[in-house]
This record gives sequence, structure tokens and C-alpha cells, in this order.
Amino acid sequence: MAVLFGGVACLALAGGVGVIASRRPVHSVLALLLVLGSLAVDYLLLDAQFIAVLQLIIYAGAIVVLFVFVIMLLHARSGEVARVPAVLPPAAAIPVCAVFGLMLLVVLTGAAIAPAAVGPAFGTVQEVGRALFSRFLLPFEAASIVLLIGMIGAVVLGKRLPPSPPDAGRPAEGPGEGRSKRRVELR
Amino acid sequence: MTVPAPYHLALSAVLFTLGMVGVLVRRSALVVFMSIEVMLNAVNLAFVTFARLRGVVDGQLLVFFVLVVAAVEVVIGLAIIVDVFRAMETVDVDDVDLLRG
Repeated sequence: MAVLFGGVACLALAGGVGVIASRRPVHSVLALLLVLGSLAVDYLLLDAQFIAVLQLIIYAGAIVVLFVFVIMLLHARSGEVARVPAVLPPAAAIPVCAVFGLMLLVVLTGAAIAPAAVGPAFGTVQEVGRALFSRFLLPFEAASIVLLIGMIGAVVLGKRLPPSPPDAGRPAEGPGEGRSKRRVELR
Repeated sequence: MTVPAPYHLALSAVLFTLGMVGVLVRRSALVVFMSIEVMLNAVNLAFVTFARLRGVVDGQLLVFFVLVVAAVEVVIGLAIIVDVFRAMETVDVDDVDLLRG
């Protein structure tokens, strides 16, 4: 088990570094997939079978595919390779180090309590589902509303503007020259 | 729970920090989003670890709701990114500064 955790942790950390250090977004997505998969194995080590399956289905199955589709839509047209800064800017390094140090301090000082004994049913679909449909019924229903709002929002955002007046909802400039002008002044 | 909880929590802390570095350093909006996902997963790992540590299943339910919110966030965020790309031909977060005063 310890060996398994070591491997999982190394894979997750390698994936995390890969997400932020890859030059191409597709490689970042694959590294993200590595993080998600190894964390699913870690959830199994922590007796959370249901969450591990959810992690694989929702994250690795849906969210990563969504990322890949958007990269296909965007970077097939732009074709850019990102510039990755080699070092963290000092203004960002200070809060990063502070947060990391704080978290590590909390972890190493506060979490040394013995784990509770759990039965074999801990983390199964039955137990999680029973809690979900009894004590957490209201948040569960609210989650369905959140998902519905997400679906509606994605449809509204993804809908193209009507083509007949070319730029009806936009500011005054036309689509072609306004866009290039904006690009120039942004550079 | 053969591996002690602080190891899991330390992994969670390191992953969260990696995600935070990604949000601060990277300029592609897509990679910033993936870094946010890494941070969310680090928090999920902490939730699952504490659920196991306490022996109550509530932490896993919180992970369930985090998953729901993360899915919605990714859908909306990626739709916004596609829209921004249509309008400005870029997904570089430093170039999308129309609201800067």
C-alpha cells in the first residue's frame, strides 16, 4: 500500500508539474489526466470507492474531453505555442511560498490524530447514496439546479449572434477592421 | 488506512501549490483553467482524507458537490473562453484587458 501510494504521489506530482510546464495545451491536458487518474487511485486507498469512480467518470471522462474539444477548436486556428516563463516572478513567489508553508505547517502539526475505524461499507455507493438522499437532500436538489443553469448558460454563451446586422450587439466598429484595430492597440 | 493521513495531506498541499503557481504564471486561459482543476482536486483529496480520518462520509459528499460545481464551472468557463477567442482572436489572459481602467 505504501509503495502504491508512493507511485501514485509521484505520478500526481509529475502530472501537476506537466500541467503548468507544458508548452502545448494538449500536453497540459494529458498531464491533467495523469493527475486525475492517480488521484482516483489515491481515493481507493482512502476507502472512497464511489468518489474514485465519480472522479474517473466526471473528470477524466467529461471534463478532460471538454478541454480537448476546446483546444481543438481554438488552437487548430491559432496554432500558437505558449511562452512559459522559466522562473516565478518574485511578486508571485512570496504568496505561493507563504500559502505552501502554512499548509505544510498545518498538515505536519495538526493532522497527527489516529484514523477512526470504519466498516467495510465505508465509502460505497450505498452509504454515500443514503447520506446523499437523507441528510444532504436539499444540497443534492440544489446541485441539479446548478447543473441546469450550467447547461442553459453554455447554450446561451455558445450561441452565435444573428448574422443579418453584422455586429448588432457589439460596440460601433465593424467586425473585420475593428478586430484588427483592437489587436493592434493591444500589442 | 495504511498510509498515514499527513502524507495524503502533504500531497494535497503540494498539488494545490502547483495549481496556484500555474494560475499565477501561465498566460493561456486554458492552462489557467486546468491549474484551477488541479487546485480543486487537491482540495478534494484533503476532503477525502479527512473523511477517512474521521470515519464519517460527509467529506466524500462534499467532494461530490465540488465535482458538480467544477463541471458547471468548466462548461461555463470554456464557453466564455471560446467566446473571447471569437471576439479577440486570443486566449492570452494578458491580452484580454478591455476592462482595465
